[in-house]
Amino acid sequence: MNIIITISITAFLVLYAGLFKANKALLPLTVVGLLTALGFTFCAWGGNAVHYGMMQTDNFALAFSGICIVGTLFIFLLTQNYFHSKSDNIAEYYALILFALAGMIMMVSYKNMAMLFVGLEIMSVSLYILAGIRKKDFASNEASLKYFLMGAFSTGFLLFGITLIYGATGSFDLDKIEAYLIANPQTISPIFYPGVILMMIGLSFKVGAAPFHFWTPDVYEGSPSLITAFMSTVVKTAGFAAFLRLFAGALSPLHEFWMAPLLVIVCLTLFIGNVTALFQKNFKRMLAYSSISHAGYLLFSLITLTPQSGSNVLVYAAAYTFASIIAFAVLILVKQKTGSDSFESFNGLGKRNPLVALCLTVAMLSLAGIPLTAGFIGKYLMFLNVMKEYQILLVAFAILNALVGFYYYFKVIVAMYFKDGAETELSTPVQYKVVLLISVVITIVIGIYPAIILNLI
Amino acid sequence: MEQLLLLIFLPLAGAVITAFSGKSAKIISTVIAVISLGLALFMACSFIPDASTQFEANLPWISDLGIRFHAGIDGISMLVVLLTNILIPIIILSSYKHDYKNPSAFYALILFMQSGLLLVFTSMDAFLFYIGWEAALIPVYFICAFWGGKDRIRINMKFFVYTIAGSLFMLLGIIYLYLQNPAHNFDINAFYALNLDSYQQGWLFWAFFIAFAIKMPIFPFHTWQPDTYTAAPTQGTMLLSGIMLKMGIYGVIRWLLPIVPQGVHDWANVAIALSIIGIVYASVIAFTQKDAKRLVAYSSIAHVGLISAGIFALNQQGMQGAMVQMLSHGINVVGLFFVLDIIYARLKTNKIEDLGGIAKVAPQLAIVFLIIVLGTVALPGTNGFIGEFLLLMGVYNYGIWAAAIAGLTIIFGAVYMLRMYQNVMLGKTNELTISFTDINGTEKLVLYIICALIIVLGVYPKPLLHLTEASVQHLLEQVNQKLNTVN
Repeated sequence: MNIIITISITAFLVLYAGLFKANKALLPLTVVGLLTALGFTFCAWGGNAVHYGMMQTDNFALAFSGICIVGTLFIFLLTQNYFHSKSDNIAEYYALILFALAGMIMMVSYKNMAMLFVGLEIMSVSLYILAGIRKKDFASNEASLKYFLMGAFSTGFLLFGITLIYGATGSFDLDKIEAYLIANPQTISPIFYPGVILMMIGLSFKVGAAPFHFWTPDVYEGSPSLITAFMSTVVKTAGFAAFLRLFAGALSPLHEFWMAPLLVIVCLTLFIGNVTALFQKNFKRMLAYSSISHAGYLLFSLITLTPQSGSNVLVYAAAYTFASIIAFAVLILVKQKTGSDSFESFNGLGKRNPLVALCLTVAMLSLAGIPLTAGFIGKYLMFLNVMKEYQILLVAFAILNALVGFYYYFKVIVAMYFKDGAETELSTPVQYKVVLLISVVITIVIGIYPAIILNLI
Repeated sequence: MEQLLLLIFLPLAGAVITAFSGKSAKIISTVIAVISLGLALFMACSFIPDASTQFEANLPWISDLGIRFHAGIDGISMLVVLLTNILIPIIILSSYKHDYKNPSAFYALILFMQSGLLLVFTSMDAFLFYIGWEAALIPVYFICAFWGGKDRIRINMKFFVYTIAGSLFMLLGIIYLYLQNPAHNFDINAFYALNLDSYQQGWLFWAFFIAFAIKMPIFPFHTWQPDTYTAAPTQGTMLLSGIMLKMGIYGVIRWLLPIVPQGVHDWANVAIALSIIGIVYASVIAFTQKDAKRLVAYSSIAHVGLISAGIFALNQQGMQGAMVQMLSHGINVVGLFFVLDIIYARLKTNKIEDLGGIAKVAPQLAIVFLIIVLGTVALPGTNGFIGEFLLLMGVYNYGIWAAAIAGLTIIFGAVYMLRMYQNVMLGKTNELTISFTDINGTEKLVLYIICALIIVLGVYPKPLLHLTEASVQHLLEQVNQKLNTVN
């Protein structure tokens, strides 16, 4: 509770600071606010407080809140010079991102489906604006409109689902829904099932799982890179936490029923994400498609429900978030210098910018899932999870997809080191270096000693 | 235990130091490689050649997932550890005449790879083995793709995707074994003790075998190899052919045979058939090669085919032969590639028809090259002989026809290797080779060491055989015992 309040107050303070044109104070203010929120997260650790029956700050919620806050903090550290060059109204950027974060905290800790909806909407509405924040840019406008239409549509699905489930059980409360399912295993109301499916569709839209992924590439490509970084890392993590909270928690007694459609979604997501990423010429678009494929791996955690499902998602989401933040940070640097985000603009990067190139290499190795990086541990946990029910064919299918993944992630490494290019030296601000190095360290530490976050939940 | 940890992590620490050492990377990496060699030799001297696992380190690592840092050395491991630590300093020394751009990265990657290789050769935990397996692959990919020759990007991508495909399916097998294991850990002894039915063993055999077969490589998984060997920088080729290939062979011996003996028993015929097809196929292609480097690459496929056939024959002679031949092949092939590199550095070509008469202008090179070639064609008195002899004996015990066809390698090998030697070194000098200067400096040092190893191991292979004998016997007993209980 304190976490949401802190973040919201920070957002308002930022808005006021913007009113008085105190642009220099924005970043320090935000950082202090987020660090305070992070502090509250640590303080609440181990507790299991239920707030007015609406939210539950258990370790699951706190761990995901922690990742979201740290991820957002990194995004803010990357903002230096980025927003300033794009618009005069910087305070709004800061405030909107903070509001979105507040929404996400609700999404990871809801206990009542009304809160899921409220959190999702707070987050989404902020993101609609953020996607279109470059007013005069055609692609940004397109991204915003597409995102809004698709988002509204998917919220509709979600609401329908919630309604039907409410109709069957008479409650929005997750525990009561679960109790209903356990109490009436044979006599579940027939309207409950379409409710589950509709909710699955709605949430799949939000996390960008195929076949509900069509908005992702265009929105990710059209939005400003930093907002794309935010959407594809922090927002996605929160979306998965919400997904998991509902399906691995309240709806787990119905696992048999919703597993079949989920399997279809997983296979499609993996296949479409990987195969289309393979053909991209643009690094940013490749990241967009690869984020779809990662959604597929993340959904593995729901195929076999175990007590470890939550921590598996946490490890994977952390690995993915920090690797992606590195990728986007380097992308922003490259784009500032060359004006393009195609693969060619990375040519010869390794010669003049060894540090940046090394960081990006570690990120790509992690996304591809090479041992000694966090990405490998994440993939390993997901495979292990599914293998527990001996779905060997599914794992074999995922392995084939992972192979495709190696190919396109290595394209960047090949461009940086083995191709000759303009050899431009990037101007890397200190904050970027800090974010890159911390993310690399986190990626490698989780890769070598995952025990530090494996037991959190 | 401390010795083993030092052995594994010294090169890694060395890699970090080398990476920041700038221009003095050559010297620093050499010093570290030599210290590692000294350590390995020291460990070999204090090693008691019985079947037990020595220098064992067993530390908790990721306890929640049942992963431990469990490593140890028995006779089989000792041999490949020695091979690795002998070859790495030789490979580093062989690069002294080259001026690679970005030397600190180059030598750091070699040392990093050494750590990965040693991890593979000593680990007794399947997860650790897998980590080492990949940790050895990544550096060599970068070495080959960064410092390689023409068309290196495409070729190395193929190599990388090929190998990683194999290893991912191996990972699938490892996870499966882990789930079967009631103790829920990756310990090799627990895996040995599993009771798997023949269907499980069958598919697990293929999951592991393909990974190892790609690494070795065995026909028909070899298609990445000739291109990669040709396009890689010489040191990369040496690392791939001298040491990395042994990862596959070692994997078969350490993981495949004892864990799925029934699978091996059921599919050994196929494995031997593939190996023998590979021998004949690679030999025939080697005949027709115009490029000496490609010829050696194909001859390597033929030699590995014989080693693999000897292992799958599942008898003492074949297995011991494989042990000796692993070491000999590593030394010989590194020598061959180094000679070709010396020729290429001076004349900018490895085309056999462009060369000739080098022996007249470079008598010392002619002698050492001859010794290496004779070692490769397994002349009695060289290190190649004892290994191939035992391997053929092993295959003979399996089947007389298999041995007859496999025996052709020796004849084939002699023909194409000696013909290559003849065309390159003998005959008339032409305008290209007339200006050839004889070997000097570090080239001499490296080649003399290699020749000394070839002759010493050829004349007196006993310590080598003695080193592995007990472990091999123990391993075969284990396999046979398990086979009998299943039947």
